[in-house]
Amino acid sequence: MEKHAIFGGKVLPYALLAPQLAIILVFFYWPASQAVWQSFLQQDAFGLKSEFIGLANYAELLTSREYYRTLSTTLVFSTAVAGLSLGIALLLAVQADKQIRGAGVYRTLLIWPYAVAPAVAGVLWLFMFQPSLGMLARGLRTLGVDWNPLLNGNHAMTLVVLAATWKQISYNFLFFLAGLQAIPRSVYEAAAIDGAKPRRRFWTITFPLLSPTAFFLLVVNVVYVFFDTFGIIDTVTQGGPSKATETLVYKVYVDGKLGSDLGGSAAQSVILLVIVMALTAVQFKFIERKVTY
Amino acid sequence: MVEQHTALSRLLPHLILGIGVLVVAFPVYLAFIASTHDAAAVINGTFGLLPGGRLIENYGRVLFTGSSSTTREPVWTMLVNSFVMAMTVAGGKILISIISAFAVVYFKFPFRTAIFWIIFVTLMLPVEVRIYPTYKVVSDLGLLDTYSGLTVPLVASATGTLLFRQFFMTVPDELIEASKIDGAGPWKFFRDTLVPLSLTTCAALFVIQFIYGWNQYLWPLLITTRDNMQTIVIGIKKMIVTQDALTEWQLAMATAVLAMLPPVLVVVLMQRLFVKGLVETEK
Repeated sequence: MEKHAIFGGKVLPYALLAPQLAIILVFFYWPASQAVWQSFLQQDAFGLKSEFIGLANYAELLTSREYYRTLSTTLVFSTAVAGLSLGIALLLAVQADKQIRGAGVYRTLLIWPYAVAPAVAGVLWLFMFQPSLGMLARGLRTLGVDWNPLLNGNHAMTLVVLAATWKQISYNFLFFLAGLQAIPRSVYEAAAIDGAKPRRRFWTITFPLLSPTAFFLLVVNVVYVFFDTFGIIDTVTQGGPSKATETLVYKVYVDGKLGSDLGGSAAQSVILLVIVMALTAVQFKFIERKVTY
Repeated sequence: MVEQHTALSRLLPHLILGIGVLVVAFPVYLAFIASTHDAAAVINGTFGLLPGGRLIENYGRVLFTGSSSTTREPVWTMLVNSFVMAMTVAGGKILISIISAFAVVYFKFPFRTAIFWIIFVTLMLPVEVRIYPTYKVVSDLGLLDTYSGLTVPLVASATGTLLFRQFFMTVPDELIEASKIDGAGPWKFFRDTLVPLSLTTCAALFVIQFIYGWNQYLWPLLITTRDNMQTIVIGIKKMIVTQDALTEWQLAMATAVLAMLPPVLVVVLMQRLFVKGLVETEK
């Protein structure tokens, strides 16, 4: 699709694009290309000289057990958060879609956590589950659970999953509700007249018609867990105890922060880059976000 | 529908939604309650579910004095930093992307498609995949601990450009033809026709980007080292000393409440724009 009536002008369009392009080149493309370049280098401890070592950084990563552990932690984390937050959000959205009194109020009361920063969400959950003073941690103790996310990796993972899920429900709820409201009432009415009970109507009408929304949300949720939960991890566990909650992004941050392994950190960045590209491609290809040109 | 409504079928949705609302609100409620008690009650975990009497004292202390043990910076300064950051990022993104989309849609020039893709591909380059090289660029430019360093790199926006481009495509060609007949140049058309038509889109994008800017974490963590440049989201993290009884939780929770308030208010008060912005930027 193109506009028919178009302005002439040789300099103006470039001038209009200049600010955006300048920022993109300086702060996006240049650093990204640096990351790719550094991933082929090995630096000495002081960063004084570096040596081209080809794919050695990648080889080292892909043969280290630690990296696979981080990868599997990330996968467990994203599966848990996506599963929980999509499930809960769908349940709530289906209820809110029924013609009930106060549906708008419920919506308002359910969507605001979107506005809470991941790092702040982390702090709220940390406070509730802080082993010595947290209200819910004490409750667990009373029930006989030896709750301690500072020492127990599974407890720490549970905690970050809860915080990340809590924050993501609002987003999924909103999109599920929009998806549900786009399904015409008449389809339900026709099915009801034909004798389909509510449960059957859900599985044969709602579920299939909602699956594009669900698929879109699945991808968005995975991206969210991979990249946007950095703040949650950093406030709640710092990747611990003994790396039980270290995600791929958090590992890039930690490995590069100590300055010891810039090449390895860069190689990890490049792998992440490939993952984002794949996810974005899936998002655009299958969800038909239209960017034809 | 055709089924009989029983009392249960009428109550069940309210029950489920009610529980959902309570579970979602509980962490924030508890944070607020904790922020109104004194240190001893919070440390012992004996403060219960009702507000205490330290509301004014605790909030006054964090806002104007700062929590003592770890960071001495008053939260007031952090709120100002967060506000400057969120406003600049949101405003900058809108400005930069509306003029980019204007160029891409309304002009024909060499490399137009290539430039569009150059902008588009940045969607795949989040800060997280280029942490240290980007830090190095900012540091080489001498922008660490400055508002420019905090905001300028975040101002580019593929999402915004796509959104405005999509919107401009729906603007009827007759408008530009009419403008041309009236002898208007590109700027006049942009200012007098396109911008007024785009105001709702701008507002919706603003709401989303304000929240985005306010909630940034990794970026300010890298770029700011001085206490007086911290944003409030970073400030909270510094108040929590893990594995240490020194954390003044009542003050940290007061700060958390203050950190949530502006973006949550934006969502609640501008709900229609928020929903529009969210749905459209993701489409």
